[in-house]
Amino acid sequence: MKQLEYPFDENYLIKNKKKIKKELLQKDDLIEKNIAILGGSTTSEIKNMLEIFLLNYGIKPNFYESEYNKFYEDAIFGNEELDNFKPDIIYIHTTNRNIMEYPNMYDDENTIVDKLNMEYEKFKKIWDKLFSKFDSTIIQNNFEYPYYRLLGNKDAVDIHGKTNFITKLNQKFYDYANVTKNFFINDINYISSCYGLDRWANQFYWHMYKYAMEVPAIPYLSFNLANIIKSIYGKNKKALVLDLDNTLWGGIVGDDGVENLAIGPEVPSGQVFSEFQNYLKEHKNLGIILNVNSKNEYENAIAGLNHPAGTLKPDDFIIIKANWNPKNLNIKDIAEELNLGADSFVFVDDNPAERKIVQNYIEGIATPEIDIPENYIKIIDHNGYFEVTNFSNEDLKKNELYKDNAKRSQMMATFDNYEDYLLSLKMKAEITTFKPIYLERISQLSNKSNQFNLTTKRYSLADIEAVNNDDNYIKLYGKLEDIFGDNGVITVVIGNIKNKDELHIDLWIMSCRVLKRNMEFAMMDMLVKKAQEKGIKTIYGYYYPTAKNKMVNNFYDLQGFEEISCDEKGNKKYKLDISKGYTNKNNVIEVNE
Amino acid sequence: MMENQEIYERLNNVFRDIFDDESIVVKPETTSNDIEDWDSLEHINLVVAVEQEFGMKFNMNEVTTMKNVGDMVKIILERKTK
Repeated sequence: MKQLEYPFDENYLIKNKKKIKKELLQKDDLIEKNIAILGGSTTSEIKNMLEIFLLNYGIKPNFYESEYNKFYEDAIFGNEELDNFKPDIIYIHTTNRNIMEYPNMYDDENTIVDKLNMEYEKFKKIWDKLFSKFDSTIIQNNFEYPYYRLLGNKDAVDIHGKTNFITKLNQKFYDYANVTKNFFINDINYISSCYGLDRWANQFYWHMYKYAMEVPAIPYLSFNLANIIKSIYGKNKKALVLDLDNTLWGGIVGDDGVENLAIGPEVPSGQVFSEFQNYLKEHKNLGIILNVNSKNEYENAIAGLNHPAGTLKPDDFIIIKANWNPKNLNIKDIAEELNLGADSFVFVDDNPAERKIVQNYIEGIATPEIDIPENYIKIIDHNGYFEVTNFSNEDLKKNELYKDNAKRSQMMATFDNYEDYLLSLKMKAEITTFKPIYLERISQLSNKSNQFNLTTKRYSLADIEAVNNDDNYIKLYGKLEDIFGDNGVITVVIGNIKNKDELHIDLWIMSCRVLKRNMEFAMMDMLVKKAQEKGIKTIYGYYYPTAKNKMVNNFYDLQGFEEISCDEKGNKKYKLDISKGYTNKNNVIEVNE
Repeated sequence: MMENQEIYERLNNVFRDIFDDESIVVKPETTSNDIEDWDSLEHINLVVAVEQEFGMKFNMNEVTTMKNVGDMVKIILERKTK
């Protein structure tokens, strides 16, 4: 919903949230999550705004909200309601109003260090206690700057200053975050400065209602928070699809000629596009795939991208569509070639008409409302499309992986027989039980995979750790490499052992990067082997249809299972008897345990 | 100077949006007792929306002493803004 993307109208959202909520609840495929809000000030509107932003991301939150300013009591002493609620996410909404012991001018250095540690320990105790009790992710606000400076500019510098104290306390929070999994900082220090601290700290709202920021600022806070949560549940965008003329450079390459494009350091209008290109290129290091979608002659597009002052070169893109086709069709093609859903794309085009067409034809795609070139970066950045929570090494290599895939496609064209092609890839797989170093990637994969996903069950890192520690599960991951490169961990199967000799497959997912490589058969072979070792006689498989996973509709049929039930929604249950033996299906991949 | 009637019409729309109830008709004597969802937390959102609608701000004293919709309209009229 456009009204919920940056730049949004905060007053419109506050006024119309009930209507917006009703409309968003009509969406299909909402995933439910339990979110506990532990507040150090009033949280009602924060919850309301968070709800509509999350619904817009396809997440339906159920809320627990602590009594006013009872964040500490709820965390440390617990309460039955919170315990029974079983939160997936615990959000601790504290602000500088919750700092109890600021330094005063008489304090010596040791006293101030003690005060700092005391404040920090209070929070650390909360986090440790919550982690010991719940398999949850914790999101904690840092602190915004104070709204007055007793020492003026020295407030930032001198150990007696509140600003100085808050800066040090924030650093301690970051140090904890850097060594703690499933713990994230909601950076209200940054959000309040973007919003404007004087307006943010409008004291009317504190004294009237005990809101720690003015109410019109709340949509910005909640949006920022929603971006962290949607990232945790794998709902980040994955690729940029970029227009060229007046988007990556000033001018029209076909009309003006390469030499007359605005790009490079000489003039302000060129500088702004150079900076934008640099900004886009930095995304490659986050594993974001860059592509081009431009109405241009192909030769002109390439010539423009080879402009000596440009930082983005043709080689930086995975797919370049420069033609005269409707842009929505190009996007469908790009999605197909990359094996990614088009709803994971951000389409950047300076032309509002093109954005509108793409928006209308492709559900879920983001089409940021960029206006003037000097605002491009801000508008894309503030939308939080690529919010980083769990960053894995896979992400660093993502662009290479897609490049390798393009090479495989070329090679495939030289073979008449598909099996010969597969053999020529000299594929090697590692399929074995979960290892600690891959848990992060496994969780990430469970949240990202939509198409090759039999049950669409999502696992947070905490969930995966729980499975890993439970002997009642057979849990396998698979890595695949070939002559063109290493794909990393690309498939996961989790089976739950019940009644001693039954294995129920809770999760079977595979990255679409490795479709049609027979990896799913190699996985099946290993699953059966592990199951037999544990004395399993029957394996049960489940298929739950969603809008996106039709490609695996008959997956278990292909694996030789027998369908035993199918309800009116198309939910199917299968079984496979392995007590009388099993013949391996994979003969193109060399498998190591 | 805005007419009383125009203010009530605009105010009525704000109330209907905030409480998502098309049947609301506000009168000078309307108070939070008359509208089911009008609690202290929704009150703040109402105040923000009214401020936005009329391009003005209430001060703390005004918000704490307002007793009904009529009081609210009186303050809006005093400001005679957009």
